[in-house]
Amino acid sequence: MSARALRSFLARRGGRRLPGPVVAGSVRAEARSLHVRLGGRAVLAGVDLTVRAGEVVALVGPNGAGKSTLLAALAGDLPAESGEVRVDGLPAGAWSAGELALRRAVLPQTAELSFPFTVGEVVRMGRAPWAGTAAEDEDGAAVRAAMAAADVAGFGPRPFAALSGGERARVALARVLAQRTALLLLDEPTAALDLRHQEVVLRICRERAAEGDAVVVVLHDLGLAGAYADRVAVLHEGRIAADGPPARVYTPELLSRVYLQPVDVIDHPRTGEPLVIPRREG
Amino acid sequence: MGHPSRTPAGAAPAAHGTGLDAASDPRGVREGAASPAPSRGRRRAALLTCGMAAALAALCLLSAGLGAYDIPVGDVMGSLLHRAGLGGAPLDRVGESVLWNVRLPRVALALLVGASLGCAGALMQGVFGNPLAEPGVIGISMGAAVGAVASIALGLSFLGTWTISVCAFAGGLVTVLLVYVLSRSGGRTEVVTLILTGIAVNAFAGALVGLGVFLADNAQIAQIAFWQLGSLAQATWPKVLAVLPCALAGLAVAPWYARKLDLLALGERPARHLGVDVERLRLVLVLVVALLTAAAVAVAGVITFVGLLVPHLLRMAAGPAHRFLVPGSALGGALVLVAGDLAARTAAQPAELPLGVLTALFGSPFFFWLLRRTRRKQGGWA
Repeated sequence: MSARALRSFLARRGGRRLPGPVVAGSVRAEARSLHVRLGGRAVLAGVDLTVRAGEVVALVGPNGAGKSTLLAALAGDLPAESGEVRVDGLPAGAWSAGELALRRAVLPQTAELSFPFTVGEVVRMGRAPWAGTAAEDEDGAAVRAAMAAADVAGFGPRPFAALSGGERARVALARVLAQRTALLLLDEPTAALDLRHQEVVLRICRERAAEGDAVVVVLHDLGLAGAYADRVAVLHEGRIAADGPPARVYTPELLSRVYLQPVDVIDHPRTGEPLVIPRREG
Repeated sequence: MGHPSRTPAGAAPAAHGTGLDAASDPRGVREGAASPAPSRGRRRAALLTCGMAAALAALCLLSAGLGAYDIPVGDVMGSLLHRAGLGGAPLDRVGESVLWNVRLPRVALALLVGASLGCAGALMQGVFGNPLAEPGVIGISMGAAVGAVASIALGLSFLGTWTISVCAFAGGLVTVLLVYVLSRSGGRTEVVTLILTGIAVNAFAGALVGLGVFLADNAQIAQIAFWQLGSLAQATWPKVLAVLPCALAGLAVAPWYARKLDLLALGERPARHLGVDVERLRLVLVLVVALLTAAAVAVAGVITFVGLLVPHLLRMAAGPAHRFLVPGSALGGALVLVAGDLAARTAAQPAELPLGVLTALFGSPFFFWLLRRTRRKQGGWA
């Protein structure tokens, strides 16, 4: 048994399909009339979403609307009840775990760690998928660049467990950036961060998109989504209620209906970007 | 370390004030460039490996020489070299017989059993993502003992000298799977669940061993009592050969999975996102753990805490990276067991302490300290 496991382990390493060059505007991931059921509840009920190279797509919506589920489905984590998820042109299930890891990186909502690894070691884990490929040579550079981008450059020798919640979130982001995949899936990357670092994270998303990657990011802050995303997809009860540029999606009628909270949408006096403000009366 | 890090979003400052300060390491204060940490860990790992290997070689020679019939270390070397055809000189007839038929098989067995237990402990902790997992603590050793005892009590011999090993492996495997299924929820293993599952499994396995004793005749009872105490006193070359393939297979496969075990520390989903086939990894490693534990238990009975203590000390000394930890724990386990067996043989001469009793005597307080530390970090059992 052990010999067979060893052989197949080696075979799979050699037989992986490496990702080709990314064509600008090509589809990186898509969900087609996707239905996902979790614990007996239909969490996604017919979602269509296409993510292309070079764009930042924000998933917004109230709690329980299915944002994280959609992200996990795009990552290939969840089986579809019906419909399908395609990553880099093939159904997600047609890729092996190792092949998917070369095509998409995922930032989970919470960063856990079972053993006292240092920050440097955690970020370097993001390079694991590339072991045995030509890209292994850029491991050091990728780790350094990712740590600098996520503003954790000086944290290398520190134990991960000694960091604050926000610092951990940034280290986890650095790990995901170091993976250098053409598709980034980020689940609430700004939740634990201060004002400046929220902006830093979304600027990173923009930079990655400018370099030709596709970025899907779950956000609660409609202002951030409106300021940085090319497209905003509003999820509501497992469906996409609206999908388009923020200026078109952000209407008081739609947002008030989806969030069950009356809102006003006004234009920023200087930049003109749409600002969403809850109506607080009485 | 795992559970306190599940800080809810936005609750960071509060968590910082309670559990995390206790967890923080003095190293955390030091800031610097990103690169020194891994290289420092690697240097330490290299130093530790050399140190342990040297200590192991010295202890093996010492252990081969010391005992009721003392043989000077120089003469041991001479006899070894002579048999290897590299010069040296044979001992007298009695000395040669004591060395080659009693001492050396025992040292070899201690090496194999110790390496198996140490390595199994490191793998187990990695797979469960929990530093308290250990074959003895969570009942796998007892499960393997049930298989062995059953084969003795029922007088099974369908596979010749292999029968006990195979039955021990079957018992160990069933127990690993059982503990794994029972103690997991939501993809994680909580400390409390794991320990409680271990208690339940140990109790049940203990009852089965008791049943075996009840069914056995006097000669078999003596043989069974040996399992329960854990000892290397019955070491012979055929026994060494009987465990050798199991132990070597397990020890050879384990290091291949070191890097994947590192990734598993991030949690199951993130490990999968980094390309680890988690289900397959778990299955293979659970089989390897059962193989290693069964190898150890089949010849030496239940020897606890080696697999807990060794990986822990090494993790503290050289960091948690499994590329060093897995083979290092095998080396360290061998070192601990050779030393332990030497102590068991010579501490109360001419009587001999059971090795399992000795390891438990030193291991239990350590386990207790570990529990306290884990609990302090988590701010109580969640």
